[in-house]
Amino acid sequence: MEGGELPGLLVNEIGGICGILHSHVAFLRKHFYLITMKELLENRKHLSRKVQAIYLWWHKPVIDRELLQSLPNLKVIANSGVGMDHLDLKLVASFGVKMANAPRAVCSSTADAGMALLLASARRLVEVHHIAISSSMDYCEADILGVKVSGATLGIIGMGRIGYKIALRAKAFEMKILYHNRTQRKAQEEQAVGATYCEKIDSLLQQADFVMVAVSLTPQTRNLIGKRELELMKPTATLVNISRGAVVDQEALVMALQTGVIWAAALDVTYPEPLPRDHPLLKLKNVIITPHLGIKTDKTTYMITEEAVENILAALNGLPMPSEVLPS
Amino acid sequence: MFVSKAFNLLKPIPLMSGQSNLAYKFIHQLVASHGRRCHRSVIYKQRYRTCPCSAGRQTISAQTKVMAKEELPGVLILDIGGTQGVLENLAALLKKHFHLITMKEFLENKEEMSKKIQSVFVFECRPTIDRELLESLPNLKVIGNSGVGVDHLDLKMISSFGVKVTNTPHAVADPTADIGMALMLASARRLVEGCQIAVSPDTKHFAVDWLGVEVTRATLGIIGMGSIGYKVAQRARAFNMRILYHNRNRRRKEEEEAVGAHYCEKMEDLLQQSDFVMLIVNLTPETHRLIGKKELSLMKPTATLINISRGAVIDQDALVEALQSKVIRAAALDVTYPEPLPRDHPLLKLNNVIITPHIGTATVQAIHMMAEEAIANILAVLNGQPIPSEVFPK
Repeated sequence: MEGGELPGLLVNEIGGICGILHSHVAFLRKHFYLITMKELLENRKHLSRKVQAIYLWWHKPVIDRELLQSLPNLKVIANSGVGMDHLDLKLVASFGVKMANAPRAVCSSTADAGMALLLASARRLVEVHHIAISSSMDYCEADILGVKVSGATLGIIGMGRIGYKIALRAKAFEMKILYHNRTQRKAQEEQAVGATYCEKIDSLLQQADFVMVAVSLTPQTRNLIGKRELELMKPTATLVNISRGAVVDQEALVMALQTGVIWAAALDVTYPEPLPRDHPLLKLKNVIITPHLGIKTDKTTYMITEEAVENILAALNGLPMPSEVLPS
Repeated sequence: MFVSKAFNLLKPIPLMSGQSNLAYKFIHQLVASHGRRCHRSVIYKQRYRTCPCSAGRQTISAQTKVMAKEELPGVLILDIGGTQGVLENLAALLKKHFHLITMKEFLENKEEMSKKIQSVFVFECRPTIDRELLESLPNLKVIGNSGVGVDHLDLKMISSFGVKVTNTPHAVADPTADIGMALMLASARRLVEGCQIAVSPDTKHFAVDWLGVEVTRATLGIIGMGSIGYKVAQRARAFNMRILYHNRNRRRKEEEEAVGAHYCEKMEDLLQQSDFVMLIVNLTPETHRLIGKKELSLMKPTATLINISRGAVIDQDALVEALQSKVIRAAALDVTYPEPLPRDHPLLKLNNVIITPHIGTATVQAIHMMAEEAIANILAVLNGQPIPSEVFPK
């Protein structure tokens, strides 16, 4: 590093539709010399050598071979969030560049969003709010009756950090908790939340009143919930997806919701985001869709940036990174 | 215009226990004639006590004899089905123990029916219990209310007829605590707004600077730490929330520690420190307009007010003012005064308000449990047994 100069951090843009939040800029500038993609493209010769790190904000800038080749001093790419399915991990690693995500910062907020969706769906919150404020007031009790959450059975698919935080919250609602995961959790951890392991996903699907999907997107989990899985669910059950849209076979889901194979769905994620405006999911009465708000709070977004900075600084200083992601 | 004129009439008429409210009757007819579902427009600001009976969670005993229809005690209900009646499956449940008589049947055949009616099953505040009705039911022994709030019943007047009143505190607690949490989370995370964005034809992308506020580790101030308030505290604790509470009486130390709740003797302290303020009191003269201009201005500008108690606990005009001028961030209301609000009410137009149509106990399971609890109470009165949840005027 030239004496006194901060390492260059490439970001897609500042502010605007998908840029770094203005409220984070001061913090980033304490540690880095910020370079936007626009600035880089306008002054490649001078700036490309300065970039030592990239901070991906909502998957941008897009990391491709061309970009990697043009940044000779790039050492680390930090992702805002925990999902890495938008990155070609092997490609990045082949350039000797390290990668990090932000698993700790996202957990609580995403678990909260999962519970918010579960409760809103069960109690028909969005539907009845519109009834409450609409100009026509004729409705029957049957139009507003929801289903109970306290004492119901929750099946968590994917019991990682986020899944476990959901279990902690659901336990306080006296929900019966089942979970399915690649590996079984330790007995102590299971007991702390009163969760029962279902080695076979079928067993979970057949018993749950609410199925919460909290896995990461991998080749193994793509279309994890398809026609077969939906048919195994109770006709009174609700599917809640806070993972990635591609984990659910959306066509099969539409079919299942239209024909009453399952009761309802609540989706914070879809494929793509947003859905095309004529997509059948947008028209179904028994679906609520939210705009990927799992981490969208003032505190959590800031914590994500803090976690990213921690990882970047560790990588630049040759120290162990708190949340390095390696290609499997 | 016709209806709102009638509402203005309500203001200057003091509601005194024992006095039949003529203005209310007038409004009731007007409103009924419009087919509007405005049935929570009269409240009795009264003190009452409940009996902490050892019978506790009494449900319908399996040993209760199933008698022939004519022998079954008569219970009066407003109607079966439709927009104002008891749900069909609840009616079926009632029929197992009672001779069910609808208001229509009663009015068509007063002489014969009036003697048969020993109880009234009040569902969603209907039928209205006024002096005229009580005078026409010589054998009435008990009014079994479905729900825990009794502010729609004139307890002193009913008691003067020697009629008992019962409510259903056990069935309501869990679903109402759930709604409190649902509203808090929905408001904090801007769920309703988010759903609108997700389906709007104008949406091309999801803005990354569209943010809500954090619930985990935030401070929740619970005003009213009864059964429902305590269940809310239990749930909020799992979100690592810091819990403050204000109550007539302080809870025992073990109870406080179990949920990590800190007592605020002064409500002002709770208001100043909370990110979320949840109202879970019952409506009494002391809690009427408990939250007004002063209380709202004590709250943080980033705070959210959630009301799952009764609309009249809040000064609604002050709330509108506070929300419009961003004195507080947002509000989420399952209850208003009246219910429903007039269609031109400013609360319906604010984008930082979520309103739900009093769905605190609106689940398939809760409605059923409340009916069972009400039936158990009614049967206890009629059979001269200990009554699980009787309500007494103070």
